[in-house]
Order: sequence, then C-alpha cells, then structure tokens
Amino acid sequence: MSPQPPLPITWSFQPMGEAALLVQAQPDPALDPAELAANRMVLALADLLDALALPGIEAVVPAISSALIRYDPAQLPPARLHADLRRIVARLAPVPAMPTRVVTVAVRYGGAAGPDLVEVAARLGITPAEVIRLHTAQIYRVLMIGFTPGFAYAGMLPPALHLPRRSTPRTVVPQGSVAIAAGLTGIYPAVLPGGWHLIGHAELELFDPQGEPPCLLLPGDGLQFQVHPDSSVEPL
Amino acid sequence: MNTVARVHDAGMLTTIQDGGRTRALRYGVPQSGAMDRFALAAANLLLGNRPDAAALEITAGGVELELLAPTLFAITGAEVPVTLNGWAVPTWQVGYGGRGMRLALGYRRGDWGARCYLAVAGGIAVPAVLGSASTYLPGAFGGYAGRKLAHGDDLHAYPCQRDPAAYVGRAWDLASRPAYRACPSVRLIVGAHADLFDAATLAHCTSTRYHIGPSSNRMGYRLHSPQALHPSSPASIASLGVLPGVIQVPPDGQPILLMADAQTTGGYPIIGVVITADLPLAAQLLPGDQLQFAFTTHAEAVAARAQLQHWLAQAAHLRPRSAAYAAPV
Repeated sequence: MSPQPPLPITWSFQPMGEAALLVQAQPDPALDPAELAANRMVLALADLLDALALPGIEAVVPAISSALIRYDPAQLPPARLHADLRRIVARLAPVPAMPTRVVTVAVRYGGAAGPDLVEVAARLGITPAEVIRLHTAQIYRVLMIGFTPGFAYAGMLPPALHLPRRSTPRTVVPQGSVAIAAGLTGIYPAVLPGGWHLIGHAELELFDPQGEPPCLLLPGDGLQFQVHPDSSVEPL
Repeated sequence: MNTVARVHDAGMLTTIQDGGRTRALRYGVPQSGAMDRFALAAANLLLGNRPDAAALEITAGGVELELLAPTLFAITGAEVPVTLNGWAVPTWQVGYGGRGMRLALGYRRGDWGARCYLAVAGGIAVPAVLGSASTYLPGAFGGYAGRKLAHGDDLHAYPCQRDPAAYVGRAWDLASRPAYRACPSVRLIVGAHADLFDAATLAHCTSTRYHIGPSSNRMGYRLHSPQALHPSSPASIASLGVLPGVIQVPPDGQPILLMADAQTTGGYPIIGVVITADLPLAAQLLPGDQLQFAFTTHAEAVAARAQLQHWLAQAAHLRPRSAAYAAPV
C-alpha cells in the first residue's frame, strides 16, 4: 500500500490537569467530512505513540477527533511533550481511508429486537424498510471505543439517518441492541442505560475482559451491518 | 499462594484494588484501582510491598476478618478504630496477628474518612485481568471474581518472607500524608471547556461548598450546590478522553467529579480537573460530606505531586529496624 499523504489538520493542545494533555485535531473546512480526516489522524497518532513508547507517556486514549495523552510531568515536562508532539504531527500520515479489517454483523431489525425502528422511520420521514436499507448500505468506521468497555462508536451515518438522542434515556438497554444517534451507530456490549434509538439486535460478544485485545471491534475497523433472515421487517 | 484471612463481615463495600489498569483505556475499560492511591501506596510500602500491589479497599469501615496464618498487615486511609482480638491497633502502622485472631475495623469517628486500605505482606493475590488486580464492579471483572467481598470469602497473599520483628511498629509519619480533613479545599486546573462559562459562574464554582450527593460512587461524585453551573452558550462537544479528577458539567448544571471507575470518554463540558495530589482528599469523602474547589496553576500541581512522590520515595528506602534479614519482594 502506498503511504498516505498528510491531511490538512490544525492541532491544538490543552492540559487536562497536570498529568494529561488533550490533543485535538481540527480538519480543514475544505475537507469532505466523509473522509473522517481528524479521526484517521488521531488514530495514527495513538498508534505511533504506542509504537514509540516515549518515556513518561503512560497511556493514550484516542477518541473521535482527539487523543488524551496521560503522562508523568516529573519524567516528561509539558514543554518537551508539546515540542515532541509538534514534531510528530507535522509528519504524521493518516491511517488508510479504507479499513483494513471489516467486521460483518447480522442484525434482526424491528419488532421486539428494534423497538424504536417504527418511530425512527416516522421521525425521519421514511419507511422502516428504508431505514434498514440505509443502515446496511455502507461500511462504517469504528471511530472510538468509550462510554463502557467495548462500546464502539461507528460512523458516519448517512444524513438521512441523523437523529438526536432520545430526550429520555432508557434505564435498561438489552445487550446486543443495535442503535443510532447523532450521526453514529453502535451496539450495546452489555445491559446498560442508554439514550440511543434501538433499531435492531445482534447476537455477538463485543467485550471479553480475558481477551487480548478484549474487544471484537477496534478503533479503525470497518463495520458492515447485514439483515438477519429473522428480521421482522423486510428490507426493500 | 498463602491463604491469609477469611472474611466474617465484609462491611458495606469492600473490594480488591491495586494501582489501576491503564492498558485497556482505549477499549473503554476504566482505570479503576484505589480511590486514594496515596493511602494504598503507603500501606504497601510500610510492608515492603510494591506501592501498587493489591490490597482491600474498605468503604465506610465495618469489616471483620479472621487471620488464617500469621500475618503482617497495615491499614491506612480513613481513621477508624481497629482491633485485633479486641485490642486496639493503630492505623498507618504495621501490625502482626497470629492464626485465628480477629481483625476488626469499626466506623469513622471524625468528620472525614471514607476508605481504608488493608494491605498484607506480599500483597493480596488474585488473577490479573487486563494487567491489573483491580475490581471493576459495573463490568463484574477483576479482583475477587469481579465482585465485592462477602462473608466466607478466603483471601490469599503472594508468598514472602519477612521478619516480623523488623516490620512490626513501622509507622507512617502524620506530617508525610496528604492534608486529609473535612470539607477539604481541592485544587483544580482550569478545564478544556472553562471558556464556555462566564466569570461569575467560575467564581461560584470556587466559592460554594459542594455536597456529595447520595448517588455518588467509585465512578464519580455528583456534587450539589444551590446554584447550577450553566455554559454561557449551548455547547456540542465530541466525546473525548477523560480521566479521574475531571469535573464535568451535565445539562442540569450540577457538576460530576470523575473518580477511579469513571468511564474513559465523556461529552459534557469540562470546567476543571482536580490535581493528582488532591484526589486522595476527595477519595476520603462519603455522600453527605462536603468539599470546596480552588483554581491553581500547573506549576503548583506539579510541585504538590512531587511532594507526595517524595514522601512515598522516602518510605521506599526505609530500612527495617533490624537488618538481620528481610527478603526482597
């Protein structure tokens, strides 16, 4: 694979206490949001920092468009950390636009498996079958893992599926629920409270603390949903 | 592995915790570990253990253990009455009990103190999960089968040979501890989204006394004051990495102080971040207790952190009173 060209990104550094630095990536407004430039650069930065294992850096937590770097200021003064990071990001190549690994997940859409599907369709002004068709039409990218062990934030959804979170979160969301909110999609790895819209259900284990790595879906992976034959709503 | 003790009364909440788990933060796995990492380190160092070895974190006291083998132990953190077969035992000091003896921790006497750390020579032995012995209760993994301790549980320790005579009575100087007290003033570094709040709101944050709400736990403290904190303009923040000490302001304007089991990412505005050196002060508070905030500088935070590290480093170099023999860990 040919090396990826750098992307026009503006980086900013903000302290998060005296032992952590928030590194934020702001993509050039001219870039197509679908390129997910900030996320691809942030994942590249996290991978590179892991590989470099710079003395004093204790952990890197990549998120959608930022990375939290936890460090020991006694070993690594912030001025040196900033200088090192400036050098690193100036030559940083993004992770590839096409994920190198794609995980396919079969989803039972609608009915008891996806109790919000009908309401979601009504709010979006499309049919439930169209929601399913759009949700399964592309390979999403795992942008980050957070909220709870193994919860993958994948995106971006097509604009026709954009909805804000539910105004009242559920106190109990079943494990395996496939959900959408705020332009993102995800699968609940455990029984949890949650404010996303539940459109389906998948049978799979997303998190196993005994595993290395402990997650089925990793940042940078591709995620493709397929209609399970038992879905209660047939796609178009 | 040696079986060192049996739990007769596990109290309200007792878990096994170590220095925490940072290997899997990027997979959404919280740091966990001791809420008061200074007290954990002190208990371990008194006994010649690694500072981040696993120990019991006892919340609000009320625990009774039966020793199943002669055991060197140390209890740090909250000041609670401790007895061994009914005889008073000081905290922040190495004690020694024989097989069959009962070690009991009462409830706090003063107006602060939430968590005690009970360490044993060698360190508590449980299988590591993702590189740590810490219990993460919401995920039901780590520590003692992923759960809090219960009546009848047997505790194991890694084998070690230490001459009790060389350790018994080793005590941690009061002057070499964080300034634990009721309603502590906890220092903050200004947060990534502090500019979303106007000067009056920031001033309120540091002039009010916050009560720790009843639903507070190891994940975070819900803080209550009569006046809510609201951003000057609505903010949309992409989820970003957070850590213990972060103070988030959710839409209801009552801040949340993230603690050891905090989720790894968050999307609420961050008004400030408690400095590492003052997290032990917050860790020693229970629901109903109070705290105050004061903004500080990066330089002061680094100096305060170095002071705690210095106290711990001094202890690590303490020689046992008798140099006759003391096996390395």
